[in-house]
Amino acid sequence: MISVEHVSFHYPGSSETLHDISLKIDDGEFVAIMGENGAGKTTLVKLFNGLLKPDSGSVLVDNVNSRDRSVAELSRQVGLIFQNPDHQLFAETVGEELRFSLKNFGFEESVIKNRVTSLLTALDIEKYVNASPFMLSGGERKRVALASILVWDPKHVIMDEPTIGQDYLQKDRLRNFIIQLISQKKAVIVVTHDTEFIAECNPRVVLMSKGKIIADGPAKSILTDQTVVEEASLVLPQMTQLMMSIPELHAPDDIIDVYAARKFLLQALTERAETRRESR
Amino acid sequence: MSIAKNDFVVLTGLSGCGKTTFCRCLNGLIPNFYAGQLKGELKINDVDVKGKSTAELATHVGFVFQNPENQLFSLSVERDVAFGLENLGIERELAIERVNWAMEVTGISQLRNKAPYELSGGQQQRAAIAGVLAMRPELIVLDEPTSFLDPKTAEEILKVISRLNREFGLTTLLVEHRLDTVSAYANRVIVMDKGKIVLDGPPEIVYDAPARLIGIGLPKVTTLFHLLKRDGIPVTINPITVTQASEALRRISEN
Repeated sequence: MISVEHVSFHYPGSSETLHDISLKIDDGEFVAIMGENGAGKTTLVKLFNGLLKPDSGSVLVDNVNSRDRSVAELSRQVGLIFQNPDHQLFAETVGEELRFSLKNFGFEESVIKNRVTSLLTALDIEKYVNASPFMLSGGERKRVALASILVWDPKHVIMDEPTIGQDYLQKDRLRNFIIQLISQKKAVIVVTHDTEFIAECNPRVVLMSKGKIIADGPAKSILTDQTVVEEASLVLPQMTQLMMSIPELHAPDDIIDVYAARKFLLQALTERAETRRESR
Repeated sequence: MSIAKNDFVVLTGLSGCGKTTFCRCLNGLIPNFYAGQLKGELKINDVDVKGKSTAELATHVGFVFQNPENQLFSLSVERDVAFGLENLGIERELAIERVNWAMEVTGISQLRNKAPYELSGGQQQRAAIAGVLAMRPELIVLDEPTSFLDPKTAEEILKVISRLNREFGLTTLLVEHRLDTVSAYANRVIVMDKGKIVLDGPPEIVYDAPARLIGIGLPKVTTLFHLLKRDGIPVTINPITVTQASEALRRISEN
């Protein structure tokens, strides 16, 4: 469990980036942190793995205060995948990139081999095992960065903008992969602007604006709340916009994804057609 | 394949299908900077790209990348926007005029003396676009230019690009996975697969081939209508915007 209590933080020489944030994330929970550029999302998640320490308040990871742990210890427990994979990748081959941390942690060669192979396969990059990460596409490099963290099996996983540069097929894989991670009782925290991806996953959404949490709840209720969505510089999911644009159909107000919209419309349009037939 | 002047083309396709590689050929990064073999002919306004330096091509083709931080490096926005022109050795008066124009059409004139790192992500991307515009290219190539931006800022950037396309006839090639946000601005969508162009046409026609678009993130309203059609609802259009979908559903529900 990750627990943040009354945390404030500022970078040297600038005004406060986070103001009095409190948040609890359970094991096995999938949380999306969303909000405008500069809202403090990335700063917040850097507190989770100890890269930053709060000015005041406390960050507890599995009941241990982040101040009592080194970054090395904490980051083994909380894996953070950066937004820009180029800040993370350095090895000559994709395979080496994944083996690097495992070798440092002193894993046996047979374990290393198994883990590397299974992650490369799960993220659809096994064919690049001997390629240089820098020859890959942006989307592929992001998956290598993800694999290189997951390979040491951190207890919790944070992904900063994981869908950038990913096509729909890869996003679908990513979604299934996240479901797998939460079924292993890991907390998965995703920082993202990708409203449509979140609408399809329907996780818990924490909305941030100007260093504060302005809303927290299921995606279905947060992403359909026009006031907070606008405050956080997001846009409503397309399906929500569509349902709001035809009020005469009286759609439920929590539709965010295509399948819910389809189900509702199928029923509503069929009923209307029947009513008209009867009245003729 | 040819792209007409004034076209607003969205180039899409699965990750690794060759979109970025194709774009790199347009400004000579391939073959000038990346090793490999380039066959065939590539012309921009009848100028053969082959044998031209990337610097020469910069006045014909402007590039905007995903992350504006990779593109900005000067101490002020104005210096950054002027950088390309200074390198070309363009006359001072003309350079000033172009820089002012570029900052004005992208809406960053008031930020001219700020350092790029003081700007928000959206302002940075506007500055990057301005730097490219100052060179007065005929074609602008944007590689997922909004993916680092929040949705509201992303929409503003797309509106700037669309306005440049409409008002100044700037031919636009936009590489994008998220077709939800860009389809309304495009008059043409090109889909690539394994290094080849597999679909090419107006969005509402290209999006009518769902079987060939597996893995492509169509706009949600388009996907919804594909599903409703399969369910037997009498839909007759392929909407690409919420407004189109909304009008179509209203017609169906009333008849």
